[in-house]
Amino acid sequence: MIIGLDVGGTHTDVVLLSNKGFIKKVKVLTNPSDLFNTVLTGITELLKGISPESIKKIILSTTLTTNAVVQQNVNPVGIVVSSGPGIQAELFGNVKHYYKVKGAIDHRGRETENINKQEIEDVAKKLKKAGIEYVAVVGKFSVRNPSHEIVIKRILNKQFKKIFMGHNVSGNLNFPRRIATAHLNAAVYSMHKEFFTAIKASLDKKGINAPIQVLKSDGGTMSLDASLEIPARTVLSGPAASIIGSIPHAEGNKDTLVLDIGGTTTDIAILVNKTPLLEPLGIKIGIYKSLIRSLKTYSKGIGGDSFVNVQEGTLVIGHERKGPAMAFGGLYPTPTDAIVYLGMMEAGDKKLAEQGIAQIANQLNLSLDDTANLIVKTTCNQILDHSMKMVERINKKPVYTVHEFMEGYKIKVEKILLLGGPAEYLAQQIEEISGIETSAVPLSSVANAIGAALARTTCEVSLIADTEQGIATIHEEDYAEPISNSYTEKDAIETAYTILKEKARGLGANEDELKEIEVIESQSFNIVRNFSPKGKIFRMKIQIKPGLINGFEKMKFDKAALN
Amino acid sequence: MLKAKNKTGLVFFPAFDWAIDPIHPEREERLLYTQDQVEEEGIFDIEGILEYKPEIVTIEDIRRAHFCVPDEKTITTESHLISAGGAMAIAKAVMRKEVETGFALVRPPGHHSMRVSHGGRGFCHINMEAIMVEYLRSKHGIKRVAIVDTDCHHGDGTNNIYWHDPNVLFISMHQDGRTMYPGSGFPNELGGPNAMGTNLNIPLPPETSAEGYLYIMENTVMPAIADFKPDIIVNSAGQDNHYTDPLTNMNFSAQGYAELTTMLKPDIAVLEGGYSIEGALPYVNLGIILAMAGLDYSGVIEPDFNPEKLRQSQAITDKIKSVSEEINYSFQRREELRERAGEHGEIQQKVREIYYDTDNLYERQNEKIRVCRDCGGALEIDSKATPGHHILAVHIPHQACNECIETGYDIFDKADTKKYDKIFLQDRPKDIYKIKEN
Repeated sequence: MIIGLDVGGTHTDVVLLSNKGFIKKVKVLTNPSDLFNTVLTGITELLKGISPESIKKIILSTTLTTNAVVQQNVNPVGIVVSSGPGIQAELFGNVKHYYKVKGAIDHRGRETENINKQEIEDVAKKLKKAGIEYVAVVGKFSVRNPSHEIVIKRILNKQFKKIFMGHNVSGNLNFPRRIATAHLNAAVYSMHKEFFTAIKASLDKKGINAPIQVLKSDGGTMSLDASLEIPARTVLSGPAASIIGSIPHAEGNKDTLVLDIGGTTTDIAILVNKTPLLEPLGIKIGIYKSLIRSLKTYSKGIGGDSFVNVQEGTLVIGHERKGPAMAFGGLYPTPTDAIVYLGMMEAGDKKLAEQGIAQIANQLNLSLDDTANLIVKTTCNQILDHSMKMVERINKKPVYTVHEFMEGYKIKVEKILLLGGPAEYLAQQIEEISGIETSAVPLSSVANAIGAALARTTCEVSLIADTEQGIATIHEEDYAEPISNSYTEKDAIETAYTILKEKARGLGANEDELKEIEVIESQSFNIVRNFSPKGKIFRMKIQIKPGLINGFEKMKFDKAALN
Repeated sequence: MLKAKNKTGLVFFPAFDWAIDPIHPEREERLLYTQDQVEEEGIFDIEGILEYKPEIVTIEDIRRAHFCVPDEKTITTESHLISAGGAMAIAKAVMRKEVETGFALVRPPGHHSMRVSHGGRGFCHINMEAIMVEYLRSKHGIKRVAIVDTDCHHGDGTNNIYWHDPNVLFISMHQDGRTMYPGSGFPNELGGPNAMGTNLNIPLPPETSAEGYLYIMENTVMPAIADFKPDIIVNSAGQDNHYTDPLTNMNFSAQGYAELTTMLKPDIAVLEGGYSIEGALPYVNLGIILAMAGLDYSGVIEPDFNPEKLRQSQAITDKIKSVSEEINYSFQRREELRERAGEHGEIQQKVREIYYDTDNLYERQNEKIRVCRDCGGALEIDSKATPGHHILAVHIPHQACNECIETGYDIFDKADTKKYDKIFLQDRPKDIYKIKEN
């Protein structure tokens, strides 16, 4: 059996699944200042009457690093960058201990300026003196040649607790994001390590020895050990958990819009062939734009608890939440009150809801029923409007080849899946407005925890082979091998597959999960100088795409299981 | 977080799957390292820099600027249409005021394509800037346009299209035609009788460095633009003046390009040539983008940049000064030059031969222009390509006077379809294109 746990802002959801289906769920209150006990309580509650040995795997999605980053409650980090020509690297530093040092690598990975050992030793002294324990070392174009980062790390080594290098965070280009990402890893490393070490020890004590996996923001999992090298990948795993939780209910041949309608916000995502779309570069968290792989989600300030009011005679569903719905003791009317008033939802105080609707009805000069219906309809309309704009933006994304321009895939939403509290009450209305088949995901209030439980291990590698320079590299995995002129795309794919599989195993993947590999990008270029061919450049990105682990496809999600 | 001072739109279309042929300079790899540099710098994350998807231009768009022979489809590929569509997407974003300025980093280039196009010459098939400018004139009420071509080769295609147009100030600064393809673009090439002085050709001696380029900008280009008062400024931003370019002999630099861009403040820039794909393009493009956005570009310096080695000689400085004075003199006397160029209503004739190096064909043109004091003048072009087609093309210019409109229709109506494979009419005031054939 598998445990999936997702820490949310208010509640922490925990589910127990077997390959036959859903077994049990538990909801506990989240204590943001003591996530450790929140997680332990959740698991302990869930396992009442269950033997610990029967648990084969535990997947945790927490808000630990997310909260720390957003609240800037993280370790101070020393950042050492070498940049070379381009935008002045000084502009990318947003920490106190930020040092730009000599050394430059160009776009093809050639050294164009040496690093200066003495300068780095001096920086080390200053960092030590300031009491810095964690350092990020980042070079421009280090994913084309990480040698400067490696040498700088070597000089700094042993003087600091942990050093994170830029080229390990991603194979993608983007120097400012590489700096931010290495910084984030260094900043959350110690809290991540302490937290999960403590969780593991406590679970061990309870006789739960199952491996622990941690959910990433791309909706994939990684082992606890692997997460220590890339702890920042755990940020914003919550929205990813929900999206993965919707996959069992999507259909392969229909582009699916996933709407996670919460109290304050609605998260919008898209599944193509049951696979969520990814951000091209990485997630944005707080002030940081990063290279942390993540699912493409778009968060809009509208939900069940949005503040409903009338402005100049027009109904407005506000961007802000001013507390819970009146039906649940709040002070202002919300869409949830409309749902309660219309009798769609059993919970909540219908009288209080009616008071809220009446406030609005008076101002609009409408009947209570018409007002409630209008609120629900307007809410759905706005959510759909935001969603379709997101689809439009994705379809308008730039392309770099004639082929993609002419034949590129265009998303056409043919199914809508709803998650979150108000989901089941809005499904019919959304279907009517959009004309698109809509359904609420069964067990939608714990779809996030189910998503965490069922997520597969994911990862990506970027290979560059340059026959003129005679080298094939996957620098983020510290891989490089000499190649000859006869190197082909087939060789590139073979190498990329091998390294990707090694990486996935390192993250804790089982052999089954390694079947879901796909080539995301494959390009080759003739290198031409003075009208004669000098070699070829191959560029390839492959991934294990986000999705579900095998063996759980036929899981039952019927409500009967709940009782 | 970096923030652009000027909201800047970018179209990046490197056409990674298209080349003229596998070892041609106009190849897939051309913008690869530029893309790497731009992505590595995080340009698209800068607040106020927006990336746009290119559009694809339609046959109607092309027909505002060209007579394509035998037709548009035959002489273009999708990549040409998307490249021109890249310029179009930027122009529209600027017109919608979503951005203040924009740069289309696209390929293949277009500035060697003339009004009549039988195919490829100088790696160009259709003229991106002209297609865009004609669109803006037809759809956005733009009347006066300045096009500044800073490619190292004479922008002879754009020059040809606006040769008779007094409402477009075309300025090309380029390596001296005696030492460089296409061998034209001398100071005495000032435009036809109706537009003399609104075509300015500025040949620069080989080994001109940043000092010379910026001298010309300051002393000739900027004063002419200030005098002309265009509604928009377009820059044909070729990057082959760079000291590492393999096809040219100039000593310009990334810093120089960025300064030139800062001075010119183009509303729309469109990439043209530039074939030093590793040593120049990544840095020059980055410099231009930062300059357009109003961001600090002082760190954009090529790894092998050595200003001492690139310093221009006194002889070059003197030469540039005298070219600048010569052109300024012509520009200031442009009304007088037009008066002397011909009598109102008179028809002037010119015969010329054009070689299409990319597609290896010869074109022979017999061009007749109606000298007109009220507009750009009705234009008739008899054009025969070998191998190829024989056509007659009639152009009625934007803001044409009634007499020239009548003259144009008269020529078109009377033209004998037996004599030509096709007869075309481009009525710019009505935005109409007609074809007659046997």
